[in-house]
Amino acid sequence: MQWNSVGEFFAMGGYALYVWGSFGACALLMIAEPFLARRRLSDVRKSLARERLADELELQQKNS
Amino acid sequence: MRQSIIQWFRFASPQSFYPLAGRMIPWFWAAAIIFGIGGLWISFFVAPTDAQQGEGYRIIFVHVPASWMSMFIYLVMAFWAGLGLVLNTRVSGMMAQALAPTGALMAALSLWTGALWGKPMWGAWWVWDARLTSELILFFLYLGFMALQAAIDDPRRADKAGAILALVGVVNIPIIYFSVKWWNTLHQGSTINLNKAPSMAQTMLWGMLLMALSFWMYSIAVALMRVRAIILERERHTEWVKHAVE
Amino acid sequence: MNAFLATVRRDLLLALRRKSEVLTAVFFFVIVTSLFPLGIGPEPVLLKKIAPGILWVAALLATLLGLPRLFSADHVDGTLEQMALSPSPLGLLVAGKILAHWLLCGLPLVLLAPILGLQFDLDASTLGILTLALLLGTPLLSLIGAIGAALTLGVRGGGVLLALLVLPLYIPALIFGAGAVEAHSAGLGAGGHLSLLAAMLALAGFFAPWATTAALRIALE
Repeated sequence: MQWNSVGEFFAMGGYALYVWGSFGACALLMIAEPFLARRRLSDVRKSLARERLADELELQQKNS
Repeated sequence: MRQSIIQWFRFASPQSFYPLAGRMIPWFWAAAIIFGIGGLWISFFVAPTDAQQGEGYRIIFVHVPASWMSMFIYLVMAFWAGLGLVLNTRVSGMMAQALAPTGALMAALSLWTGALWGKPMWGAWWVWDARLTSELILFFLYLGFMALQAAIDDPRRADKAGAILALVGVVNIPIIYFSVKWWNTLHQGSTINLNKAPSMAQTMLWGMLLMALSFWMYSIAVALMRVRAIILERERHTEWVKHAVE
Repeated sequence: MNAFLATVRRDLLLALRRKSEVLTAVFFFVIVTSLFPLGIGPEPVLLKKIAPGILWVAALLATLLGLPRLFSADHVDGTLEQMALSPSPLGLLVAGKILAHWLLCGLPLVLLAPILGLQFDLDASTLGILTLALLLGTPLLSLIGAIGAALTLGVRGGGVLLALLVLPLYIPALIFGAGAVEAHSAGLGAGGHLSLLAAMLALAGFFAPWATTAALRIALE
């Protein structure tokens, strides 16, 4: 291992901006994307559940 | 043989693909995380400092996998799109649509990390290097594909139109790459060459390979998540969807 | 073959009745190329160097301007559906329409390019290469553009979308077309560039009408 301290690790031999800029952008986008995909799925599910509920209510009103 | 073919076609229907995708997603996430941890460990703690580029070269561990994935995803996307066009299976078109944003993300990451690598190494954020330029054009192709699909309301037509565009793009990518390379050698014979920059040590190759595997598994996982949402959106009026969402 | 020629003839006749549409693209080409010296400055050495690039980019944009009209009028009045149902293969008719489009939107650019090249102080042999490159390149632009026009047929925001789809695919034509002129000016000879341009034209001439036909059938479904 070539790092003597934590500070040295984060300094990246003077290339901190570039190295952490790259890895940071990847981490950020690759966390955000699944989050957005999951939200899209749950949005559809919610609206489907709402439709289902509306259908059931309609059915109940007809019966009563 | 015949049995197994029928078995495969069973998954080509959205109804059976939806739960299958749901079961596969956690496995791909697990693989992505395991490969990612291994890759990050090698890229920060095992791979030695480069003699010429110091620590700055470590960007390679995300730049190269992102570039590979951006090209690979376009091929996979075109494959699914073409399959959908030939066999008329609905899931294929949805798969192509789900892959496009991830491919565009990889292309964007490749450009971003390429710029951050270029600044300390070449002294400029952007160089009209053949690879960077081709990557930029690939990014434009992804944007065109997504814009076309978004503009067409009828999903079946969107799938088919997108398929033709993706196939035209696949035929064009080698021509574009070759032309950009030719243009590059004509205009700047003496400037930097990405090939020469890092002399590949064995550990570096391993790091890159693990990171590429991680990016690959990530892409599959996230595309499957998106395809599930697309399936529900498009099939919302069918009976099985009403039962699938309790 | 008769059907092919009849389509070309019909499209040319229709365009001659509405001359302004054809002339718009040509004027656009002339004005855009004349704007660059005004923006950059009148220094002859610089202008001479950037002339092929400017003329080619202007030609790309001018071709793009005419593309949305390629199928839209026929789509709106139902002619296109008649064509799809007619006994002669749709691919042949589409090829005829593409040829007519090139005669109307591409050929005028080729003929005007040497005159506009004079604005940039290009010499006679360079002008010759420029014209030859455009002669090979503009049909390529029409062929590739036709695929985009068919894909965006009847789609909202079609014009801008068409540019987004087609411009990245135009890049090889731009590189080899403008590169031919630059290579000639640099004394390297333009033969390689021109033959690659011709090869791409042959490839597109074979595949593009086919892809366009497939895209049109999807749009007509």
